[in-house]
Amino acid sequence: MVGALSGNLAMEATYLKAINQALHEEMARDENVFVMGEDVAELGGAFKVTEGLLTAFGEERVIDTPISESLIVGAGVGAAVLGMRPVVEMQFADFISCGFDQIVNTAATLSYRHGGKASCPMVVRAPSGAGVHGALFHSQNPEAWFTRVPGLKVVAPATAYDAKGLLKSAIRDDNPVIYFEHKRLYRSIKEDLPDGDFTVPLGKAEVRREGRDLSIITYGGTLHQSLDAARIVEKEDGLSVEVLDLRTLLPLDREAILATARRTGKVLVVHEDRLTGGIGGEIAAIVADEAFDYLDGPVRRLAALDTHVPFAPPLEEFVLPNTNKIVEAIRNLAAY
Amino acid sequence: MAEQDGSAAPAPVAARAAQDVELYYRMKLVRAFEERVSRLHRQNKILGGVYSGAGQEALVVGICAPLEPGDFTAPLHRDLGVFLMRGVDPGRLMAQLMGKETGLSRGKDSFLHGGDIAHGVFGSSSMLGSSLPVACGAALKFKIKRERHIAVAFFGEGASSRGDVHEAMNFAGVQKLPVLFVCENNRYAYSTPFEKQTSIENIADRAAAYGFRGHVCPGNDLLAVVGLAERVIDSIRAGGGPGLIECKTYRWRGHSEHDPALYRDQEELLEWESRDPIPLFEFYLDKRGHDINRLRAETDEKVNTTIQAAVDFADRSPYPEPEEALEDLYVGQGAAPGAPSAAVNGRRPIR
Ligand SMILES: Cc1ncc(C[n+]2csc(CCOP(=O)(O)OP(=O)(O)O)c2C)c(N)n1
Repeated sequence: MVGALSGNLAMEATYLKAINQALHEEMARDENVFVMGEDVAELGGAFKVTEGLLTAFGEERVIDTPISESLIVGAGVGAAVLGMRPVVEMQFADFISCGFDQIVNTAATLSYRHGGKASCPMVVRAPSGAGVHGALFHSQNPEAWFTRVPGLKVVAPATAYDAKGLLKSAIRDDNPVIYFEHKRLYRSIKEDLPDGDFTVPLGKAEVRREGRDLSIITYGGTLHQSLDAARIVEKEDGLSVEVLDLRTLLPLDREAILATARRTGKVLVVHEDRLTGGIGGEIAAIVADEAFDYLDGPVRRLAALDTHVPFAPPLEEFVLPNTNKIVEAIRNLAAY
Repeated sequence: MAEQDGSAAPAPVAARAAQDVELYYRMKLVRAFEERVSRLHRQNKILGGVYSGAGQEALVVGICAPLEPGDFTAPLHRDLGVFLMRGVDPGRLMAQLMGKETGLSRGKDSFLHGGDIAHGVFGSSSMLGSSLPVACGAALKFKIKRERHIAVAFFGEGASSRGDVHEAMNFAGVQKLPVLFVCENNRYAYSTPFEKQTSIENIADRAAAYGFRGHVCPGNDLLAVVGLAERVIDSIRAGGGPGLIECKTYRWRGHSEHDPALYRDQEELLEWESRDPIPLFEFYLDKRGHDINRLRAETDEKVNTTIQAAVDFADRSPYPEPEEALEDLYVGQGAAPGAPSAAVNGRRPIR
């Protein structure tokens, strides 16, 4: 990280601001990049992620659409096939279901059906995640609907640096990328970001904290809870926990997953998406398959319970993972 | 059609006066409920997204007034008035908004996503427009079973851009379903003005493309809405096929209570605030010879008592137990306290 004393280089930015900067910079860099979605222009988006774009780039490149998710994605595909680089927004990730067909059937299969000769450089931004009293339809983590669809790439940044760098990479990528941004992180995390252009490669995980006793593999909103939990058990139990941030969910960074599993011999997967059918099952299978000989215990998963994200605060708390639940899961696995 | 319960029908004039007083009470109840909800949100007693329907009460009351027990309604996200009009208990509705155990969804979902099938109120998902196909299905049941009921689906002019809305209207036309589509055109879909939503002047004009009639109506004029609703609903009930009513109205508050709505013109807001449906109806009541000052005082007292009782009930109600998060995923796993089964009753029509 660039230090604050190095002059004008470092700039503190929230996760939200980092996404906004990436959009500004990519639109300035490439005139084929444009933004489209509900309330993205005049309002600057429901969360203000696209604020300032209309003033900077005008209404031909920052487009308020009718409430039509299928159209938003489908039109994105059409423009992308002809060389534009649309960044389309779902107002909440929950509503991505209304654009589902265009994503999994039109966009994801495009290259395959055209013999690798048609590209779809489109990014679908989707604010996801729970913990903000959003209840059933404003809390979803629908990443696993997409992580089993070949032809798509799926990313889920957990830091401001990655939010910016991964969005830039996603925009420059020639394939459709679903970009899940966690709502709870928007204003709750801040970092110094280097000035100037930087990218974060798609498909590469990152070790956020090195450790010897146990590995947590996570992404998105639960990264921060996992890091907090790792600090707590280090202090209170003397446990050394490694934390791997997946960053990209499709394609998975198998190397990094296996490396951490082999290093510590114990793996706990944590995600806010629900347990059954979540990406944790896939990771457990990869580890069991290819790192079995290194394991000192079962691969464990901590995820949202197999229900909908409910509204009443005691219910929501019960369903979602949090730091305390992660601490408990670490202790259980460490004691195995 | 009013229910015949064996007693002699009241004289027309007296019946009309009683109906007017009832409509007035309902409209004031909905307004007061809306205002109380906004206040409870500011006090952090109602969490999450709160979408006010203040200013749009006349259309909700007017469309629901002629409905009969057994009719099906699918309200949109700001239509708490539909719940009150169909006879859902105000206390349970308030408990729903607060996420309490006694709420319609037993604390599972927020705001108006909990329904009450016993009162003919379908709890819609957040996916705008998705309740229109559902209303077609309800209407299909009425058609197959030769029941004289109708289904009513409310949607915003914003939601009208969803494919589901097209699919529903097309099917309704083909099948001549007993369904009424009600477009609440309040000029804004979040920040997006009507002109950016569609390039035509009236959503109601689309009905022609599906083979049924569309009607445009001044949505803040309760008399106009009730008059039109009675006519259209009678025709649908009599087998005349679907209908579409577009009520021109205005959203007084922001999209949600979080939204200061800076994107719209203050002049426009002022203009529409002065088209408040309540004084307009009071003017009519006065012309009809009601002692409006007395009626207002009596109505306000009744309304306040009802709302306070609802708030007290919701306040006193506990949150659900954490483990209940795993209940109700499948039917019959945990029944709502006192909830009837699928048996349909509901309020008598106000007519
Ligand atoms: C499919 C879908 N897309 C987006 C949203 C987010 N959203 C909620 S309300 C709203 C505006 C709705 O406008 P309108 O249908 O006109 O109803 P109004 O809120 O004006 O009553 C939007 C965009 C949603 N709920 N569902």
